[in-house]
Amino acid sequence: MIQLRVNGVKRTFRGDPKMPLLWYLRDALDLTGTKYGCGAALCGACTVLQNDEAVRACVTPMSALNGARITTIEGLGRHGLHPVQRAWMRINVPQCGYCQAGQIMQAVALLKSKPKPSDEDIEHAMSGNICRCATYPRIRAAIKAAAGESV
Amino acid sequence: MTNVDIVNLSRRGFLKGVFSTGALVLGVRLLPGSAWAADQLPLAGATVDSTVFHPGLFLGINPDGTVIIVAHRSEMGTGIRTSLPRVVADELDADWSRVRIQQAIGDPRYGEQNTDGSRSVRYFFDTMREAGATGRMMLIAAAAKRWKVSPEQCTTTLHAVVHSATGRKLGYGQLASAAAKMPVPNKDALKFKSSSQWRYIGKKFVSYDLAGICTGKPLYGGDVKVDGMVYASVEHPPVLGGKVKSHEDRDALKVRGVHKTVLIPPFKPPYAFQALGGVAVIANSTWAAFEGRKKLKVAWDDGPNASYNSPAYRKELEETARRPGRVVRSEGDVEAVFSKGGRIIEAGYYAPHLAHAATEPPVAVAHYHNGKVTAWAPVQNPQAVQEAVAGELGIKKEDVICHVTMLGCAFGRKSKPDFVVEAALLSKALGRPVKVAWTREDDIKFDYYHAVAAMYLKAAVGQDGMPAAWLQRSVFPSLMATFNPNQDYGSSLELSMGWNDIPFAVPNLQIENGRAIAHVRIGWLRSVANVYHAFAVQSFVDELAHAAGRDPVDYQLALNGPARILNLGIKDYWNYGSPYSKYPIETGRLNRVLEMCANQAGWGKRKSGNGWGMGIAVHRSFTAYVATAVQVEVDHKGKVTIARADTVVDAGLVVSPEMVVQQFEGAAGFAAGIARTGEITATNGRIDQSNFNDYEVARFADAPYETRVTIVPSDAPPCGVGEPGVPPFIPAFYNAIFAATGKRLRELPLSKHNLAA
Repeated sequence: MIQLRVNGVKRTFRGDPKMPLLWYLRDALDLTGTKYGCGAALCGACTVLQNDEAVRACVTPMSALNGARITTIEGLGRHGLHPVQRAWMRINVPQCGYCQAGQIMQAVALLKSKPKPSDEDIEHAMSGNICRCATYPRIRAAIKAAAGESV
Repeated sequence: MTNVDIVNLSRRGFLKGVFSTGALVLGVRLLPGSAWAADQLPLAGATVDSTVFHPGLFLGINPDGTVIIVAHRSEMGTGIRTSLPRVVADELDADWSRVRIQQAIGDPRYGEQNTDGSRSVRYFFDTMREAGATGRMMLIAAAAKRWKVSPEQCTTTLHAVVHSATGRKLGYGQLASAAAKMPVPNKDALKFKSSSQWRYIGKKFVSYDLAGICTGKPLYGGDVKVDGMVYASVEHPPVLGGKVKSHEDRDALKVRGVHKTVLIPPFKPPYAFQALGGVAVIANSTWAAFEGRKKLKVAWDDGPNASYNSPAYRKELEETARRPGRVVRSEGDVEAVFSKGGRIIEAGYYAPHLAHAATEPPVAVAHYHNGKVTAWAPVQNPQAVQEAVAGELGIKKEDVICHVTMLGCAFGRKSKPDFVVEAALLSKALGRPVKVAWTREDDIKFDYYHAVAAMYLKAAVGQDGMPAAWLQRSVFPSLMATFNPNQDYGSSLELSMGWNDIPFAVPNLQIENGRAIAHVRIGWLRSVANVYHAFAVQSFVDELAHAAGRDPVDYQLALNGPARILNLGIKDYWNYGSPYSKYPIETGRLNRVLEMCANQAGWGKRKSGNGWGMGIAVHRSFTAYVATAVQVEVDHKGKVTIARADTVVDAGLVVSPEMVVQQFEGAAGFAAGIARTGEITATNGRIDQSNFNDYEVARFADAPYETRVTIVPSDAPPCGVGEPGVPPFIPAFYNAIFAATGKRLRELPLSKHNLAA
């Protein structure tokens, strides 16, 4: 039995402890904002926050999450839009949008650790998140905009 | 579109749940004279029947003033689900904040729904304007009748009709019921806004779904959940056309959550959009289905495509490219010039297969019930879903309802609904709704691949370095093999993409195509044959310019020649589905974007070399004219950084400048990924790559640091914009590498080359 908090809600998981968090979120909790992209921590579409760190939900087994505090895109803005979400909308980052929840969560984690990231910091932090629409320059601009708004 | 008629549907009993009673509802009739289906509409939630009426879109106004506009094209990131409804709203003079967009299901009554080929605005701009103008005129007529004045004395302001003389004003909601009783104006009588009156067209706006995307709303195919649904993952034959010889599922069934396995029969050629066949694992979660698959043991009968090996195939293509091929365009006599000797320049170029690798792998939910199928899927062409599912299950296509979700990228992959067919087949076998989810590995290994291609070019150049004769030959397996197993030459569609339509003013010109057989599924990928054709042609132009000791921009301007409309004289020339008279090839527009781009990029201001270089290319595709200049930095280890890209696009009239800029920014990054690392290969018919570790796509630092896009102001008919950014980027990038390093690369991708100093 694994106990965790997802977006502030207490949850108890009794399924296969090897099941990655991604499928627990999507198939069991219907929190579908977190996306499947590769299943191997190669693309970042499934990025969520575990405590304040960005993790890839597709390779994070439920067994590793006892006592964890998970935040997904749905939980990020539950008290009004997060500054990163606002910046994403202001800069108009998304095209297809599929990877953007992961991008936003990754950016939130970056700004928590580095409130004023340099280009290199951004490039380093975002290198694991693939956007096939290639919205990268706007992602950089949105992160800088959010940083300016002091997250 | 021609002959569009608008009909009033308000008094017919349909659209329950979408429009309230008393709403004004307009259908756009694309095929005049057809019978109207009184109470059946191709909308989500409505039943569909097989009548011959062809509405292209529906527009309705509820008595509360809500305007509902149906988006019949698929949203994969281009913004089309927003921009076409914006056109309707503009002509209607509607307040966008009171517009609700309703996504259409697949139905031929909408007309063409295949969101592919960069044609949504090209095909439907006029139709959308007519729909909006019709609604506006009927609202005016209703208000005029109530005020007992002539309609000519009335006009509209935002979401309301006003009587200018008295200042009386009625909101659209107040007029909806009365407007519904007004006669539909004839098309000839429609009054359109002038472009200076447009509120939305040509102005900045963002996607209707922007907030939903940024807050993680369930918008995509995989987000669909239906009561009683089970999850399936399919083990496909590793070689195209392979069959299951035997399979053992004992261990798979031991996986917690796995219910059973189901055999999917192999397809009957041509493969088209059929399921590939194989063994499906059915489970109570996506994860359990994936895990169960890992425990399957399947023995395969591979069939003849097991002979497919990329190195040998490449050799074959390149040899074919050096032999005379089928002539697809010929002017003057190239051989006569070549035989005279003089200066001959020749080069061969090679581009490998590519996979689409849409961020969202194929996924679909289908429910077979009482001989009918309801599907939910991220598809570019819901009508193809109807046809493919109906064909596979032996039911009528009208009995297939396809709800279109948003698409997590597509690039052409999702116009092929084989994965929806799998879901429908499995649902029928299991008697319950099924979600089929492809893994990334499935996506990479079982794609409809962008064709591998070899190109050979040869020119005889005069004293001035300009070609007196030009020969080019391309060889690639055709995407038409999808529908015709015997297809062994390029189709007119592929050959018209940047190959037989080259605009050069050369007196002796010969364009050929060589024979090639497909051994994997070949599909169309963003920009299609333009990708390899523009790579070869625009690299070769750069080579000729350098050989002539001339500036590449000046050289290309001279090569394109004076401003003129090309008369290709090719009977089966395919002009991206648009009439040539409306969208001819204009060298003046081509040269203008080239000059503007050179200007914007600061061409010639900084000397290339020593690890910095600028390259440029220009190309017309999907009827748009695009020039791109790329600036690269190459360090001593051979690492290439793209510091900046400049793109100038003449796409005629632009509905959404913001979204067009986004498309060209994205195309630059997408193309950078192709050029850097895009390569799919096969060994014994099996695809060697599997996921983003071995099929790398552009990551953050691989894309240009900055892409500056300029749209040429134009009131010419709107052109395609989703694809045309890709083709010129790749040769511009390679030309920049040559400028920076002096190394001429003739093979994609860059990862095959060592640029270390």
